[in-house]
Amino acid sequence: MITQGTFSFLPALSNEQILKQLKYCIDHGWAVNVEYTDDPHPRNTYWEMWGLPMFDLRDPAGILMEINACRKTHPETYIRVSAFDNTKGWESIRLSFIVNRPSVERQYRLERTEVASRQQRYAIR
Amino acid sequence: MSEPAAPVPESVDLDAERQGSGIDAVLDQLDTELVGLVPVKTRIREIASLLLIDRLRRKLELSAASPTLHMCFTGNPGTGKTTVAQRMADILHRLEYVRVGHVVSVTRDDLVGQYIGHTAPKTKEVIKKAMGGVLFIDEAYYLYRPENERDYGQESIEILLQVMENHRDDLVVILAGYKDRMDKFFQSNPGMRSRIAHHIDFPDYESQELLHIGKLMLAEQNYQFTSEAESVFAEYIERRRQQPHFANARSIRNALDRARFRQAGRLCQQGGQLSRQSLVTIEAQDIRSSRVFD
Repeated sequence: MITQGTFSFLPALSNEQILKQLKYCIDHGWAVNVEYTDDPHPRNTYWEMWGLPMFDLRDPAGILMEINACRKTHPETYIRVSAFDNTKGWESIRLSFIVNRPSVERQYRLERTEVASRQQRYAIR
Repeated sequence: MSEPAAPVPESVDLDAERQGSGIDAVLDQLDTELVGLVPVKTRIREIASLLLIDRLRRKLELSAASPTLHMCFTGNPGTGKTTVAQRMADILHRLEYVRVGHVVSVTRDDLVGQYIGHTAPKTKEVIKKAMGGVLFIDEAYYLYRPENERDYGQESIEILLQVMENHRDDLVVILAGYKDRMDKFFQSNPGMRSRIAHHIDFPDYESQELLHIGKLMLAEQNYQFTSEAESVFAEYIERRRQQPHFANARSIRNALDRARFRQAGRLCQQGGQLSRQSLVTIEAQDIRSSRVFD
């Protein structure tokens, strides 16, 4: 099972729980994005965006509407929600969590390769 | 082991619930600050009562689907449609029907795009911003332009209809516009008509009410009439009503703004020491020099 972002060791969040997390983001004034990908490799930071980032929302119901639309169109992908904080000094993602997983998840394992002088090279495959 | 459920009470206290929601304060404010508009106020009281009773019923675990609260405000210009929409959001918020209680006020430009594929995201963005509150669409009939079959307004209407049906708990849509054009709009969009539960018609104000409104507006800006100016203003209202393009309270506000200009001009010409009294007073001559009296 892919674990990345917040809450990923927990069982999948219910819609009510997602709404509460989204409300937390909105109340802090963060812009919320919905992203999806079929390649959840940890090195793949650039997921596809579902629509535009959502600014100036007052209520999380609209974001859940987008998440559901994305789930409907891409049921067999990973979907995550990320919240971007634009305050000076932060200017980065403050919270990110997965809201949808495909029915069969890919497995990754760490591979070690020995190179010259007994150095180790690592790769996640 | 599950905890025993709390027993459902046999009765509930209406008065306590009423006070807890603070709804009376908003309704009283509506009564004192908005002059006239009796049918509108009655309708709003009805809606408020229904929501209050619904809340009590929920306490007794009597389930009922939440009512549709989409509304349509029709009336001539300046009859207070926008003002009431603002209040409506407040009322619905206090009764916990909407979660946030803000008003997003839009017109055709904010909903309809300029090229293919532009409208849907634009409309959806507005809807998302309005969720948890009230979406106020002013002059809604412009959304539908029958003379241009390639107009994107129809697409916007379809998205709105879908959201009005599926996200009833998340937002309340209020359409506003002039009566005759709204009627035409509904004729060509029967789906819209049936999804709107409350059609509220805003009547024109009586002259007496307009005078009252004028005085309230002045008081808000720390001005006052002399008694002579008040009777002249009453006459002004009578005359202005006969003229074309009379926009009820909006015309009154404009007339008062012009009176303030004239008062300022008069004071500047006069020069010298000005008392507090002279700064706040609108004299009869400030109103009489309006072209309405020509």
